[in-house]
Amino acid sequence: MSDQGFVRTEMIPPRPPPVSQSSLTGWLKENLFYSVPSSVATLLTLVLFAWGVVSVLHWLVVPTWSAQSINECRSIVAELGRGISQSGACWGVIRDRGIQLMFGFYPAAGYWRPVLAFVLLLPALAPVLFAEKLPKRLRWFSLVYPFLMPWLLWGGSIWIPVGIMSGLVAGYLAYRITLGLNSLLCLAISSAVTLAWWVLVVPVLDELLTSLAPIALDPVPSRMFGGFMLSLTIGVVAIASSLPIGILLALGRKSDLILIKSLCVGFIEFIRGVPLITLLFVASTLLNIFLPPGTEFDIIMRVIIMATLFASAYMAEVIRGGLAALPRGQYEAASALGLSYWQAQRLVIMPQALKISIPGIVSVFISMFKDTTLVSIIGLLDPLGLTTSIRANQEWAGIVWELYGFIAILFFIVTYSMSRYSLYLERKLHREH
Amino acid sequence: MASRGFAHKRRRFRLSLLIYDTRYRSYTIQLFALFVFIAFIAWLVNNTLHNLASQGKDLDFSFLFSSAGYKINQTLIDYDIHSTNLRAAIVGLLNTLLVAVLGCITATVIGTLVGVFRLSKNWLISRLMGLYVETFRNVPVLLWILLTMAILTEQLPAPRDFRGEDPAATMLLNDSVAITNRGFYLPMPKFSRDLDQRFDNSLDINFNSVLILFVLASSIYASHRIKLRADRIQKQTGNRPTIWHQQAAVLVLPTLGLLYALGFHLEYPELTGFNFDGGLRLRNSLIALWVALSLYTAAFIGEIVRGGIMAISKGQSEAAESMGLGPVRMMQLVILPQAMRVIVPPVISQYLSLTKNTSLAIAVGYMDITGTLGGITMNQTGRELECILLLMLVYLLISLAISAVMNWYNSRVALVER
Amino acid sequence: METGKTTALTAMLLALGLSGYAVAGKLDEVKKRGALKCGVSTGVVGFSAPDAKGVWQGFDVGMCRAVAAATLGKPMAVEFVPLTSKNRFSALASGEVDMLSRTTTWTYSRDIDLKVDFAGINFYDGQGFLVAKKLGVNSAKELNGATICVKTGTTSELNLADYFRTNGMKFDPVPIETDAEAIQQLLAGSCDAFSTDSSKLNAHRASLAKPNDYKVLPEIISKEPLGPLVKQGDPQWTDIVRWTLNALLTAEELGITSANVDRMAATSTNPEVRRLLGVEGRLGEMAGLPADWAQQVIRAVGNYGELFDNTIGANSPIGIKRGLNALWTQGGLQYSPPFR
Repeated sequence: MSDQGFVRTEMIPPRPPPVSQSSLTGWLKENLFYSVPSSVATLLTLVLFAWGVVSVLHWLVVPTWSAQSINECRSIVAELGRGISQSGACWGVIRDRGIQLMFGFYPAAGYWRPVLAFVLLLPALAPVLFAEKLPKRLRWFSLVYPFLMPWLLWGGSIWIPVGIMSGLVAGYLAYRITLGLNSLLCLAISSAVTLAWWVLVVPVLDELLTSLAPIALDPVPSRMFGGFMLSLTIGVVAIASSLPIGILLALGRKSDLILIKSLCVGFIEFIRGVPLITLLFVASTLLNIFLPPGTEFDIIMRVIIMATLFASAYMAEVIRGGLAALPRGQYEAASALGLSYWQAQRLVIMPQALKISIPGIVSVFISMFKDTTLVSIIGLLDPLGLTTSIRANQEWAGIVWELYGFIAILFFIVTYSMSRYSLYLERKLHREH
Repeated sequence: MASRGFAHKRRRFRLSLLIYDTRYRSYTIQLFALFVFIAFIAWLVNNTLHNLASQGKDLDFSFLFSSAGYKINQTLIDYDIHSTNLRAAIVGLLNTLLVAVLGCITATVIGTLVGVFRLSKNWLISRLMGLYVETFRNVPVLLWILLTMAILTEQLPAPRDFRGEDPAATMLLNDSVAITNRGFYLPMPKFSRDLDQRFDNSLDINFNSVLILFVLASSIYASHRIKLRADRIQKQTGNRPTIWHQQAAVLVLPTLGLLYALGFHLEYPELTGFNFDGGLRLRNSLIALWVALSLYTAAFIGEIVRGGIMAISKGQSEAAESMGLGPVRMMQLVILPQAMRVIVPPVISQYLSLTKNTSLAIAVGYMDITGTLGGITMNQTGRELECILLLMLVYLLISLAISAVMNWYNSRVALVER
Repeated sequence: METGKTTALTAMLLALGLSGYAVAGKLDEVKKRGALKCGVSTGVVGFSAPDAKGVWQGFDVGMCRAVAAATLGKPMAVEFVPLTSKNRFSALASGEVDMLSRTTTWTYSRDIDLKVDFAGINFYDGQGFLVAKKLGVNSAKELNGATICVKTGTTSELNLADYFRTNGMKFDPVPIETDAEAIQQLLAGSCDAFSTDSSKLNAHRASLAKPNDYKVLPEIISKEPLGPLVKQGDPQWTDIVRWTLNALLTAEELGITSANVDRMAATSTNPEVRRLLGVEGRLGEMAGLPADWAQQVIRAVGNYGELFDNTIGANSPIGIKRGLNALWTQGGLQYSPPFR
């Protein structure tokens, strides 16, 4: 029939969705108020949350930054007309002792050194974590950083870390030269060369170069480390040192040699079975007994040693998980190519396993870093230990929440950023596979 | 004259074969490793003996049987200052186990709720749970323990505030529960026809509790058998008999009868002198440790539960819905049984970590084994080596036991792979 | 790559560790090191606490500075090692510190069993109780059933158990690690009383916001002679520490102060003053110290009275009275053997 009525020649533009579906009202309806129990829960939560936030803010916002003592704080708060004694935060203690909580007893002139050391940690880690995006040159910095950081923190002549690095270079050269021989012999020779270099050549070289060009930083003994810097130092050094030990333990645990396997399993299960505080007790009271008479290790060194041992057991478990996640085909393909055990590990297995375990390694670091607070129990002056010292002064006796809150926020910032980073890494790895 | 000839003749044994031949190399390496290990242990022991001798000490465990001399404020078994150090260590161990068990139970309950709520459709609830998880996971547990203790001591009323004509604080629940900054005082169950009086109680066993636990366990078992019977009937006939009244009766009546027979009554706390007397006292150090450890571990368990539930593929829930199962039944019959396999092993390792974290009890003055054996005893007797070795041994045994449970569970539910 | 990091760090750790190889004789060791390692507490008001710049101040700290002045001539050449009551004795026994100046009580078992030597008593103290006046308690005998905060690992908890047992009373102990915790619990009312050495009780009371709401009960339930300790086995070092303390006491007996020590050294005719300050006699040489060692000590921290007043006495906010710690000529117990 020819009288069709109406034939459309062009499409009507799509209309926006109804208001109850889109925009804020729609979102609210779908996510918060979709049923009666949910609406009740939402309202209750909002009320409680608002009440909580308002009372905390009321306590937080007080003009006590310039107060010199807790009594002065109280008088300022009383002037505001709030009535009962501690209903306002006393920020004077943060102004007075905040730097001490961050740096401990480190000499003030040298504050740039730990700051620089920890800021440089990020570019040093970057090539490991963001392999593709950065120039290969940056990897040289990562190699240099483990020598740079102790030098920055502890000071001393620059020629000692240079000497140690040169010893490793000498060992590597010896390894390349003797590559043709049997691998065990090769390893033995290069280790011997390195050790000999360190023991014999480095002291001589150090004296010579110091007399020529005395570049040195003021030495700062470990007992002056304190506060947040101490926690970071213990955490970073323990994790960095525990990585190679953890790799060896994980490989040992997987090995077919029964003795090596049982030694590794025994060590790992022992460390994972005891709480860290008992190992710290060992560090503070017993380690001196286990070492030859006359050796004097600073308490912080002893704590770092025990923390390294502790972290290496957990690291070994994480790497074992990474090794297990590799398909068997990788091992078989490496054998089919004729690679020996160590060659296969170095070229095929370890790079992949480590890449898979990076999120696990980050989480071991986070928990190790949080566990550094335990050193306050054995008397080291990390942030929690410093609260006792701060409260032993006339001005700040009786302060509680401000100090704990400040320390909690410091830890939260570091660990939260690390865990966000680890999530990002996990997503990236997941996409790549 | 050396004979040449056939290839199958064995090569003469040369010393370098030890390194080059893979048959012997593993033995060589192991022997070498064993040698190095024994040398290291010998060096350690030698140093230790030498250093101990120069300090005039020796390795001697007899201090365990000498009198302790100090009071412990919370004991689950009898203890006084004349008791031996060994008994003090046992008291500490029981305290550790007490807070560990309580903490594990509450952490699991809170953690499961947190995990499920984190997956809720309500945006506010799920974000709030996320906030809780992030806050608790990113602050050290020692700091949480100290903060909880500070809250308990500062914000709760002191016992003397309960006195007077117009007291600042009052007891709850018809004057039976008192919440103070020294502890929570609850009514204590007492038995007037005590079994302990009838039998010779040289072993210090609390016969009442044993009997009540036995009856409770039998009731739970009987109730389980009723459920199994109902399942069987449902399979055969398609109708499920109502069993809730039978189960309720079986669970409640025997225990009630036993309690009546034993003469059960409650002893209420009363304010006398400085403190409340009578009643069951939960110290603020125990409460602080319990609450802090539970909330901290619950954050981790919540994430584990959430990960476990999210690991079940969406197809499972869609299939369950298409079969007409509601959300609760779906959770109960389809999702949770599968999620358990993924959830339980990490949760058991969280239990282990909670048990090890109880060693931080000395920060709040709770006398666990680190506080008695590794604390006061070690300090007063000066025997660090022996005390720390014993302490490590105890924790190792506890963690080995928990790991054994985990391994048993894993082997029971393990998927058989090709 | 990663192996490099480990070996480097291990090498550095070894280098740092072995650098402290011990030589015979504590005095030689201290001189070689150029600094005195002194064990103090983690923070006790008036006795040892770091100020905002990280410089340690206090009565015990002054004792350490005196020994450093005597042996090295430099009172600031001291490395303070904060120790808890748990690890103080093992730190001393292992040589981590050269002396302990940490309000430690001299007892039979510590002297004989723990292999340490007490080099004198620099503070005669006793254990007391700090309570809130609100409790309405006037004597320690009224504390039956009370909740008492006491530090673990000290003589205080053992004394407390003994006292309450002897008097047929019961108490509820709350173990705490540091004084700061105890004060916090006392202020919040979760402890009825805090029991420790009464000098510390007075110090803490003075540092409270409202000191008049709290009082120290009159009973002193034990003897607490506090003094510096050294490891047993080095008589020369023990003597040095002991006679440093005695030098402080004798200086006060003879009227030598940090202000007039130079003048006394130049012009005094009192033979004991001259012997003490090294102007005549060979007392310093006998101990292996320079002749003017006592001058260095007094110049650095003053005499005993000055040290006391500046840190915990009349010139400080704490204001503890000399009491038993006055000189024997003024009714106290501080008495130094003669410098002859």
